[in-house]
Amino acid sequence: MLNRIYNWVDERLDITPLWRDIADHEVPEHVNPAHHFSAFVYCFGGLTFFIVVIQILSGMFLAMYYVPDIENAWQSVYYLQYEVAYGKIIRSMHHWGASLAIVMMFLHMLRVFFQGAYKKPRELNWIVGVLIFFVMLGLGLTGYLLPWDMKALFATKVTLNIIESVPFIGEHLKVFIAGDSEIVGAQTITRFFAIHVFFLPAALLGLIALHFIMIRKQGISGPL
Amino acid sequence: MQKKKGMKYVGDSRIPAENRKPNVPKDYTEYPGKTEPFWPNFLLKEWLVGAVFLIGFLILTVSAEPPLEKMADPTDSSYIPMPDWYFLFLYQLLKYSYASNEFIIFGTVIIPGLAFGALLLAPFLDRGPERRPLKRPLATGFMMLAIASITYLTWEAAANHDWEKAKAQGQIPEASIDTEDEGYKIAEANGCISCHGSDLAGNGSNPSLIGTGLTAEEIADIARNGNGNMPAGLFTGSEEELKIMAEYLANLKEEGK
Ligand code: HEM
Repeated sequence: MLNRIYNWVDERLDITPLWRDIADHEVPEHVNPAHHFSAFVYCFGGLTFFIVVIQILSGMFLAMYYVPDIENAWQSVYYLQYEVAYGKIIRSMHHWGASLAIVMMFLHMLRVFFQGAYKKPRELNWIVGVLIFFVMLGLGLTGYLLPWDMKALFATKVTLNIIESVPFIGEHLKVFIAGDSEIVGAQTITRFFAIHVFFLPAALLGLIALHFIMIRKQGISGPL
Repeated sequence: MQKKKGMKYVGDSRIPAENRKPNVPKDYTEYPGKTEPFWPNFLLKEWLVGAVFLIGFLILTVSAEPPLEKMADPTDSSYIPMPDWYFLFLYQLLKYSYASNEFIIFGTVIIPGLAFGALLLAPFLDRGPERRPLKRPLATGFMMLAIASITYLTWEAAANHDWEKAKAQGQIPEASIDTEDEGYKIAEANGCISCHGSDLAGNGSNPSLIGTGLTAEEIADIARNGNGNMPAGLFTGSEEELKIMAEYLANLKEEGK
């Protein structure tokens, strides 16, 4: 049955080249933990991607309840956590997933670094990787404000003070992301929300696509 | 235009392309070592690793509750701020005299800028052909130094933070319901709490009994005669008890409002 559906589509759209391209890539012995246990270090990148997927899915469910304004943000998070069935688990996944994503990404980066896997021809992929790193930190920073509780507000004030202290552009940068030169309030929360939910995830997905395309083009680096 | 199975159109659909690609796996026998195909051999194993990882993660998520402090109050000037743990090292850096006050740009721009800049440009700073860590002493050394500094700064920040106070300062104030009060006990005995909740804060479509704005007389009337979906005759105690309970409920005020 599945085969017949496949053939029906393939006859019209010729999807076999696309499918073979996804399915046919060799996994060399030195990256396969089934052959060498120490090769588990090569799993870190894939596991980071797994958590990114968890973050996107749990985030979509959070967005069903979350209201990005100073009156209701905290109330909506409180409601989700204590009143909605399984709401606590969804929030828990997104909260702990954020920390775990940072940890796994750091481990992945250390694997690549200590193996010298960023050397020619993989320089560009390393740069894309560091950009992903910055985007992930940005996601952590903007997401921290959204529950609008005490730690969120005051940590964000500190962050904005730090940004303000940057010479020349600091004050403009602060107004740009906080929406006001003094107040951390209604404008700030909508901006952080938009950055956290639209701008940075879009950048992240684009960068991850580049990352994966480059890995497929170049193959994984050889054994040390 | 001929009709043929497996026709492929190349831009100009009047020109049919021949030869549909056969759906067969690539041959890996020529590869060195024990190379295996990604699909399906390796993917099945990868899913196994993913499943174990997911189970560990789910155990973490159900056992550790995500923290939520009380609603942001910008007027509270005594609150000690704390960023998420993976920013602690940057935050701690600003506490040293060479990276704060008049030297603040060292803490906010120069030191982090140099560190992250070097990370970004690592492939161009470490250009030799060697890949083994021990054969790249500078690269390895700097990364070890960076990891040691991040660990040390994070540790210092955590050690200098007053966790007890931090916990207290963010706590969500509980609406203090005195369950020992006679009025509460009467409400409990008459089954009020089975719908309005043991914290009297309501439950689903059943309204909260805290801060209703009703007088004791109005509450007593509802308890006897019902209201909306609440049927009459639920309160079965004496007039005396009804009065005590109604007084008690009428005096419940919402905290902080
Ligand atoms: C969301 C974050 C990231 C994801 C999902 C991701 C995913 C992956 C995956 C699946 C691989 C294949 C090999 C492996 O798993 O180890 C890989 C390789 C690689 N990654 Fe990442 N990565 C991320 C972040 C980074 C960062 C932060 C860096 C560096 C700063 C980086 C640099 C590289 C490089 C250079 C390779 C090629 C390594 C080689 O060929 O041996 N990646 N990445």
